[in-house]
Amino acid sequence: MSLKTKLNVEDGKQEILITREFDLPVELLFQAYVEPEIIEEWMSTKVVKLEMKKHGGWQFETADKEGKVVLRMNGAIHDFIPNERIIRTFEMENTPYPVQLEFLEFEKLTEETSKLNMLIVYRSVADRDQMLKLPFAQGINMAHNRLQEVVSKHK
Amino acid sequence: MEMRRDVFQAVADPTRRAIITLVALHAMTPSAIAEKFDSSRQTISKHIQILTECEILGQQQNGREIYYHLNAEKMKEIADFIEPFRKLWDERFNKLEAIMKKYKPKK
Repeated sequence: MSLKTKLNVEDGKQEILITREFDLPVELLFQAYVEPEIIEEWMSTKVVKLEMKKHGGWQFETADKEGKVVLRMNGAIHDFIPNERIIRTFEMENTPYPVQLEFLEFEKLTEETSKLNMLIVYRSVADRDQMLKLPFAQGINMAHNRLQEVVSKHK
Repeated sequence: MEMRRDVFQAVADPTRRAIITLVALHAMTPSAIAEKFDSSRQTISKHIQILTECEILGQQQNGREIYYHLNAEKMKEIADFIEPFRKLWDERFNKLEAIMKKYKPKK
């Protein structure tokens, strides 16, 4: 199992810091957040709307095998600086989970490697802990078989 | 171990994960759960049945209604507090990396 992705969760704080180093130039890493077709693949979701710019917004939709929509997610883009930063909100529609604020910082390490810092701020400590206990809340679209399909397709 | 694998299969389905997410907040009747989905009530009932069989959901009779609640003990068995969340992002990012390594710009 890869331990490339690190999670920093401090007691009593309402935030989570996710860090990850990639064997990718920072431009390619950033591209994976900008192109709808690529987002659809690695997030296993449908991109309904994506306005990647300041004051823009986004909406994703995840369906089950029969094509029935299981979850809709949306948010606003608060800041967008190519290859550097995305600040956005994230909300799951039709659930009582409160909106969360996400700060994504893209960092160039070398010509061929990069790092992503993703700080997620929740409404309260309790909301954060609830989310951690339920990876499925965010991971509703993550199915292992899907993952394998995509990876083998790209081999 | 056999049982464990079944539990993981149970939570591998997106609809079932959505049901877990809903019920985690408060106990719900089957009809209240079904209302949240576009799928037929029958489909949702089947998902609830699978989750109940794996003991992820527990039942409680309240008057005429049956309420389903999340079995926190069972969830703990499946999930160490933080690891699944980390793993979720790790898998997403692995996928992102694999895709972008093969990526060719459109222009």
